[in-house]
Amino acid sequence: MRVALFVTCLNDAVFPKTAVATVRLLERLGVQVDFPSGQTCCGQPLFTTGYRARAAPLVRRTVRAFEGYEYVVTPSGSCAAMVRTHYGRFGPEAAELGPRTYELTEFLVDVLGVTDVGAYFPYKVTYHPSCHGLRLLGLGDRPRRLLGAVKGLELVELPGAEECCGFGGTFAVKNPDVSAAMDADKVRSAVSTGGDVLCGADSSCLMHLGGMLRRLSAPLRELHLAEILAGTEEDPWREESGR
Amino acid sequence: MSGVFVGMPAFPEAARTAVADATLRSNLRHATHTIRDKRARAVAELADWVELREAGRRIKEQTLRHLDRHLLRLEESVTGAGGTVHWAADAEEANRIVADLVRATGETEVVKVKSMATQEIGLNEALAAEGIRAYETDLAELIVQLGDDRPSHILVPAIHRNRGEIRDVFRSEMGKWGRPAPDGLTDAPAELAEAARLHLREKFLRAKVGISGANFMVAETGTLVVVESEGNGRMCLTLPETLISVVGIEKVVPSWRDLEVFLQTLPRSSTAERMNPYTSMWTGTSDDDGPSAFHLVLLDAGRTDVLADETGRQALRCIRCSACLNVCPVYERAGGHAYGSVYPGPIGAILTPQLRGTASGIDASLPYASSLCGACYEVCPVAIDIPEVLVHLRERIVERGGPGHRRERATMKAAGWVLDHPSLLAAGERLATRTRALHPRNPPGARAWTESRDLPELPAEPFRDWWRKNRT
Ligand code: SF4
Repeated sequence: MRVALFVTCLNDAVFPKTAVATVRLLERLGVQVDFPSGQTCCGQPLFTTGYRARAAPLVRRTVRAFEGYEYVVTPSGSCAAMVRTHYGRFGPEAAELGPRTYELTEFLVDVLGVTDVGAYFPYKVTYHPSCHGLRLLGLGDRPRRLLGAVKGLELVELPGAEECCGFGGTFAVKNPDVSAAMDADKVRSAVSTGGDVLCGADSSCLMHLGGMLRRLSAPLRELHLAEILAGTEEDPWREESGR
Repeated sequence: MSGVFVGMPAFPEAARTAVADATLRSNLRHATHTIRDKRARAVAELADWVELREAGRRIKEQTLRHLDRHLLRLEESVTGAGGTVHWAADAEEANRIVADLVRATGETEVVKVKSMATQEIGLNEALAAEGIRAYETDLAELIVQLGDDRPSHILVPAIHRNRGEIRDVFRSEMGKWGRPAPDGLTDAPAELAEAARLHLREKFLRAKVGISGANFMVAETGTLVVVESEGNGRMCLTLPETLISVVGIEKVVPSWRDLEVFLQTLPRSSTAERMNPYTSMWTGTSDDDGPSAFHLVLLDAGRTDVLADETGRQALRCIRCSACLNVCPVYERAGGHAYGSVYPGPIGAILTPQLRGTASGIDASLPYASSLCGACYEVCPVAIDIPEVLVHLRERIVERGGPGHRRERATMKAAGWVLDHPSLLAAGERLATRTRALHPRNPPGARAWTESRDLPELPAEPFRDWWRKNRT
């Protein structure tokens, strides 16, 4: 099976580890991964800030980049949701990309039909289901099922898991006080689990949470789900292979 | 809308103060989380919740599409049942109509049922200017009125107050408005309620004029409906000789059958009750029971403009349950006052800028007062896609432009351009990663982020380069 990796601009520029982990994970599961290099950004930050006209060329570019691929896979619930729920506003051609776009956990569970991906991660993990994955895509328990099948991993529930971390794109800088208060509350509830790792499936939320984890010197670190699933007993996840 | 909020700072500044207020944060957190959890349980009890929500959405949408027809039908029914209908294009006209009606009775005081519409138009202040005292009789509204405060929640306007604060307000203020608080009043809920009861009973028994809003107006019979918990509404609606109801035009529903849906979804969404304790319904006047004169003031005040906007009009479906406030993480931290309007929270963020326009700083900042997390849409019993309307209003603000947006527009233009040129983007990424050791931890322009959160460290190379080296 052949898929196009929709890496997202944030993973490309700031979190390549997440992107590389996604490639390794998919390849380990027998998937052939392409990286169409014409892709840049899906246009979400521009669109949600009110710049629809400026987002339009990026939408067209994204649609062109993934032309002809039956499966477009992205390690970002938020960008998948942009394509699936908002691309329809940019015309029928753009709308058509929606059904071919899969958030990573959807692709693993629904298309490949796996929950045990053969991963190994001997740490205590709590999972934050980001808003777009939770409410726009309806990812449900897919991420938790994947984590639950990881060897050595102890999954602990995050209190108030469904609450937003306060990122919200430009919201984080337009309303910094409320955003940071939400961030700090989320981090405090993550700390209360006693976990080693705060896992998520959206790099933007993880960037926001990570910024607060370090500012508060919290005793746990953030990690994208793809990085956890990419580690195996033979080639385990290591701190230096992390950021 | 009410002049009380004129001169409010924009949302981010107002929210900054609220976020720093530990008492307020804890009052709000406790209150919203309690009601939020209860609502979830009350809604989960109904096997057909999804269908009810969809039915509510559809009824409102269809009614709004033919609003003119339904309103004329309503007028006919109300008039036929002995009531008088007045049409008010804006707040000023509505206030004038009500003040004239009260003056014609010769009275100088009125009792009020909790009503968002009369708050929206600033009726109490307008009546005061005419020498008429309006007494709020809903417990929370009473607390707000006595404390010379502003409402901060649709359903629980004094949600920002805790019991101790309420006791203090009662002790110091009740006497100025009528019967004083009993000596030695404590902050026990039963004692506070009893103090309010004694204070208000005097007013109910004396009042000749009652003023209300309505949750629904049934066009086919001209029946108005008020749902409430305390029974104060029932008193105001039945004891006075004259009843004046000020109601937004979007509150009409065609038939009693339609009510069946909302009388299930509203109480569960708002107070998490299966049914609210008091549902009062009245149709015009009758000779031997209730008020002998009934006036209905139908309020536009910007609503027909909202109706003209295809995306924005869904805000008019709102039944004011306040479920969206109770689940909103931004409301929970910023508090209701930061929204600068009687309509706080997610619904306020989409309704206020549509009713008042976006000329002022506070109104133009409201569509951005959301992380677009979608919790509001999820709970809304009439399925208003609040995030969709927020983004739509942001577009409107961007289109109209404004001095505050000049820099942002330039940034967005540049970002859009670079992102549409992959080779430029790659070059930029490479430059950024190569110079990463030189980056300051608090770069200028990033203060809004770095004041409270660290920035991520840049990687040694972008993914594009890894791919080129390892997979091509
Ligand atoms: S927008 Fe929906 S959830 Fe919010 S108050 Fe109105 S009806 Fe209730």
